Amino acid sequence: MLKLHRTIESNSALLMFGILIVSMIGGFVQIVPNLFDESLHKGTENVKPYTALQLTGRDIYIREGCVGCHSQQIRPLVAEVMRYGQASVAGEHIYDRPFLWGSKRTGPDLGRVGGKYSDKWHELHLTNPRSVVPASIMPAYPWLAKNKVDAKDITAKLELLKWYGHPYTDAEIEQAEQAISGKTELEAVIAYLQVLGTFR
Amino acid sequence: MNKDIYYTDSATVFLIFCTMIWAIIGMSAGAYLASELVMPWLNFDIAEITFGRLRPFHTNAVIFGFGGSALIATAFYSVQRTCHVRLFSPKLAWVVAIGWQIGVAVGVASLLMGYTSTKEYAEFEWPVDVAVAIVWVSFGIVFFGTLATRKIRPIYVSNWFYGALIIVIAMLHIVNNLAIPYSWTQAYPVYEGAQDAIVQWWYGHNAVGFFLTAGFLGMFYYTLPKQAGRPVWSYRLSVIAFWAFVYTYIWVGPHHLHYTSIPDWLMTVALVMSIILILPSWATMLNAVMTMSGAWDKLRTDPGMKFVVVSMIFYALSTFEGPMLAIKSVNVISHYTDWTVGHVHSGALGWNAFVTFGTIYFLVPKLVGATGLYSKRLANIHFWLALMGVLVYIVALWASGVAQGIMNLAIDDYGQLSYSFVDIMLTTIPYHWMRLAGGLMFLSGALLMTYNLYRTYAMSKHNLPVLVKIPKVHPGNEI
Repeated sequence: MLKLHRTIESNSALLMFGILIVSMIGGFVQIVPNLFDESLHKGTENVKPYTALQLTGRDIYIREGCVGCHSQQIRPLVAEVMRYGQASVAGEHIYDRPFLWGSKRTGPDLGRVGGKYSDKWHELHLTNPRSVVPASIMPAYPWLAKNKVDAKDITAKLELLKWYGHPYTDAEIEQAEQAISGKTELEAVIAYLQVLGTFR
Repeated sequence: MNKDIYYTDSATVFLIFCTMIWAIIGMSAGAYLASELVMPWLNFDIAEITFGRLRPFHTNAVIFGFGGSALIATAFYSVQRTCHVRLFSPKLAWVVAIGWQIGVAVGVASLLMGYTSTKEYAEFEWPVDVAVAIVWVSFGIVFFGTLATRKIRPIYVSNWFYGALIIVIAMLHIVNNLAIPYSWTQAYPVYEGAQDAIVQWWYGHNAVGFFLTAGFLGMFYYTLPKQAGRPVWSYRLSVIAFWAFVYTYIWVGPHHLHYTSIPDWLMTVALVMSIILILPSWATMLNAVMTMSGAWDKLRTDPGMKFVVVSMIFYALSTFEGPMLAIKSVNVISHYTDWTVGHVHSGALGWNAFVTFGTIYFLVPKLVGATGLYSKRLANIHFWLALMGVLVYIVALWASGVAQGIMNLAIDDYGQLSYSFVDIMLTTIPYHWMRLAGGLMFLSGALLMTYNLYRTYAMSKHNLPVLVKIPKVHPGNEI
């Protein structure tokens, strides 16, 4: 092996090639078979693509970096299921592009927050979290109520997702811009939060 | 004048300047984030500085701004010295140096404006991704072009690691960011749900593995033997550690997804490989410690060397803690908590920033033609501030993280959850104050260093760049 290395380290092209091959193996084994693993890509019974308004809310959730503090992935542990609800499964995430599982819970998991609180609660909470949770350290998002959603990209978004295989009808895509125009960002985010976890 | 008989260091000088600027920007953002956690009013209802947007600004500014500039600077410097040849295309090297600054600056500014792909450490949107990829390939051309035109036959060990940095990061960056745009600024990824998670953490962990580890090991393998004035202790060990490192690291990503909706076999493979990874990591650490034997006295006189040696200790600590956190029964506590954040900072501050500071203290007097640093005393104060800062930081987050993890899982005698989420959050607040203090100490050390380097530059009577003649290759080593 040392002899082989001596050859490699005397030739910069061999060194490049060697590193590429050796480093590719692990990623290849972990990523490629999963592309064909049905259990990862087959939806649950209730999974539905996001409506135009929910998708818009989701993109605002992405824009504000909510994923930095809130996970959407409940682990199959007794305490976690008691705290947040049934454990997450792959099939309820098949319309998540990008995935928003998160890696840190500075705030609670939101994987099953849908339906837990009223729309009004979310409205108060997002505008000023301390009005409903006095100890909260979450930033306030007052501008969500003031801003109207940006509807101009929604048709392109849905067309792209349809191309990816999300089952949108032509009628849904046609009416999307109309369906969301005039809504506030707050309404969109709440629509998204209320659907979270209902796909199981 | 025949330029070919001199090394070319102007791009390195510029990049080291940028490294310090990014250190101050990135670490200040970090300190501000830590303040927001204990004083939420600091969000001021201003979208651009809310925690959610500022957090990726902080991570990208320190990893790619501070870390990236330091890596490119030291790669340009050391590849010339270890190949006894001038950089392949100094003009392209300048394009890389400036292109990288523009790419990262536009990238982090766009994150504050809300353009993000959300994938951790790959948050830049597609136009920035494309620009960064082009700059990175140019970096590869300069680096491998220099290797190809080298005058010494064997390629020195630091260059294997810089080479792994360039090649593997290119692969990771391209595969993880595959996406189709729906507008001029934004895109949806080609992967969905669980598949997206698997690809992201294959990237995410190896951004740590090859950007923050391979690259910095390259820096380390150049700097430590030069500072100690001794050759690397074992060539054989460095060969084995290198290939084992490149092969094994790439497998461990799914340990970020323990107990999530990905196939079990992935978690198991990642766990096993994470434990195996201790071997190449500690082999490197052992090689470093043994390289120091006979040169330990230099620690008393060379503050830069203190940084490099302590960086090795934090490297050993982090590469032990990482595999422990990858064990499922530990991960069940640590995942989603401050423990992970503490672990990252023990690596990023204690290992990456320390080896960078040590290397820059070593290089700057040479690059500006000064006889030594402006003030060794200031450098020593920086060392102790940084060391105490990082220790306070990680101890605070160990305590906070373990508390969060255990309280999250605690069930009382009646079978009910013992603590509400707010209970858990309130428990962490004193530790978050402590972590803020640690972070501020680290930041103030970096400020002292910047001042010290500036005075070192001002002290020098040379015009930049200082010309260094390329020495003759030792007979028998010619290519």
